[in-house]
Amino acid sequence: MSRSPDRTAVPRYLAGRLLQAAVVVWAAFTVVFAIQRLVPGDPVELMLSGRNGFEAVPPEDVARVRAELGFDRPIIVQYLDAAVSALRGDFGTSIQTGRPVAAMIAEALPATLELGLTALALSVVAGIVLAVAANLPRGGAARALPGLAVSLPSFLVGLVLIQLFALRWPLLPSLGGSGLPGLVLPACTLAIPGAALVGQVLGRSLAETLREPYCETLRATGASRTRVVLGHGLRNAAIPAVTVAGVLTGGLIGGAVVVETVFSRQGIGRIVQFAVSTQDLPVVQGVVVVAAAGFAGVNLAIDLLYPVLDPRTVRRPAQRVRTVKA
Amino acid sequence: MKRAVLDRVRKTGARDDKPGIPAKKGLRGGASRAGNVLAGAVLALVAGWALRPGWFAGHSAIEGVPAERFRPPGPGHPFGTDQLGRDVFARVVHGTAPSVQAAVLAVALGLAAGVLLGLLAGFFGGLPETLIMRGVEIPLAIPSVLLSLTVISVLGFGTVEIGLAVGVTGIATFARVTRARVLQVRASPHVEAAVLAGGRPARVLVRHVLPFTAGPVLALAALDFGLVVLAVSSLGFLGYGAPPPAPEWGALVAGGRDHLATAWWLTVLPGLTVAAVVLAAGRVSRALQDGGEA
Repeated sequence: MSRSPDRTAVPRYLAGRLLQAAVVVWAAFTVVFAIQRLVPGDPVELMLSGRNGFEAVPPEDVARVRAELGFDRPIIVQYLDAAVSALRGDFGTSIQTGRPVAAMIAEALPATLELGLTALALSVVAGIVLAVAANLPRGGAARALPGLAVSLPSFLVGLVLIQLFALRWPLLPSLGGSGLPGLVLPACTLAIPGAALVGQVLGRSLAETLREPYCETLRATGASRTRVVLGHGLRNAAIPAVTVAGVLTGGLIGGAVVVETVFSRQGIGRIVQFAVSTQDLPVVQGVVVVAAAGFAGVNLAIDLLYPVLDPRTVRRPAQRVRTVKA
Repeated sequence: MKRAVLDRVRKTGARDDKPGIPAKKGLRGGASRAGNVLAGAVLALVAGWALRPGWFAGHSAIEGVPAERFRPPGPGHPFGTDQLGRDVFARVVHGTAPSVQAAVLAVALGLAAGVLLGLLAGFFGGLPETLIMRGVEIPLAIPSVLLSLTVISVLGFGTVEIGLAVGVTGIATFARVTRARVLQVRASPHVEAAVLAGGRPARVLVRHVLPFTAGPVLALAALDFGLVVLAVSSLGFLGYGAPPPAPEWGALVAGGRDHLATAWWLTVLPGLTVAAVVLAAGRVSRALQDGGEA
């Protein structure tokens, strides 16, 4: 068997995906910049006048802040300057706190990563359980559960969990708790939509796998349905389901904003929530670009992991269904 | 995120039921029809709340009766009363209009922009198609909640602002679905005939292609409506909607946070209302889809 045509395939695949991830982050930066500078309305006046825009702001103050932020320069100069600074990890200074945005993000990142990774692990485990249960005999309830779970607003779930497990039965801290006990309720809240997603996609993939001839053959030889699902179906069904990890990450990043607010946890989500409330544009921009970079990083990791799980994809990368939307 | 989930699930499209179990099928068909009717009724009721809140709520949403503070749900106050003695049910009913307005605006923006771009991309093909579809996908680099927050940080707070911020995140999905449908329709004989008969592209597009995209696009819009209600109420919860004391679903839940220990109904009942609407919209969307396929 000749392998020579494949020798360049792997490096080319790698380079292509790396480039794509870089382009995605650059696109995210550009979108935020465009929204902040090109949308009708004056961001500086909006920032100074507070949330409702009732108070009149002296024009000289507006001009001063505009000069401080560099908003008085030509738009293309602003864009290039911001892009070069962002490449160096400099997102400017917060208007509210006067501190460098990068430092604020770096401080808050560990708490959000801790929350996000715990929720990710929980949603994968719970999603697999749901998917398997849905494909076992009498799995009707497990099949209905994900559809129900995605319809629940996460602020409701979080508040109900606080009500039950912190207030009615004081087992866990309700707000701002630290360490493992403080992590349980927020992580569970954040994990629920993700678990529903994994359960849905993996469940369908598993149902399809079970209709494959080899599974039918296994059943015909007398293997129980449970054995076929756990011993054979799950591993093969997991390959297409890996692609949802990107969507899952996007959901976790967005969900963290609500969950950190509900549980009064310090973190990236809380920072962006406060920054939007106070129209602190540099902070919003910094957080969104960092989140988009993380998002692109996960999608890159999936792209690199995929050929390891399923070698056919390197030669036919177009076959994969890409869903970047979060 | 959820929009993408359902998008995916729709694409994968596999039904769980194996063919050839007719005995169960009939039973489930009846139950699912009842479910569809119930879902439709929920949406109709919510539409009524949004248009004529006075018909459904006997109490004021703004004025409270101080003597009736923190009444648990019961006769007279089905959802209880809050810290100012305001009827929570009345606040939910009156809060429907801003929530639904924002959601309808969001769906309308996503639908109008998405369908227009998808039509042009699918019909003309080639370079315009590549440019449009790549352009539509650029905002997908940002997780949708953060994209909405970015828009709000520039536009400011309010019902319309929330609607626009959420609508922007839906354009790509509508554009993709429309384009896919247009590609199918464009190849059909009646479009070819219209082009050969000398119809101008714009006319062919509007008269002979657009009507056929309605099925999948409407099913998507119903699905989108539920997810958009979820997103809108989350933004309301974060405090970006109309300022208090105006009732809005998400803001109602946020307002009940301070009384979590004593008055569960302030958060749970408005929150469950949101969940019921989202579920119902998902159900109606599925029914529309199945109807379209059959």
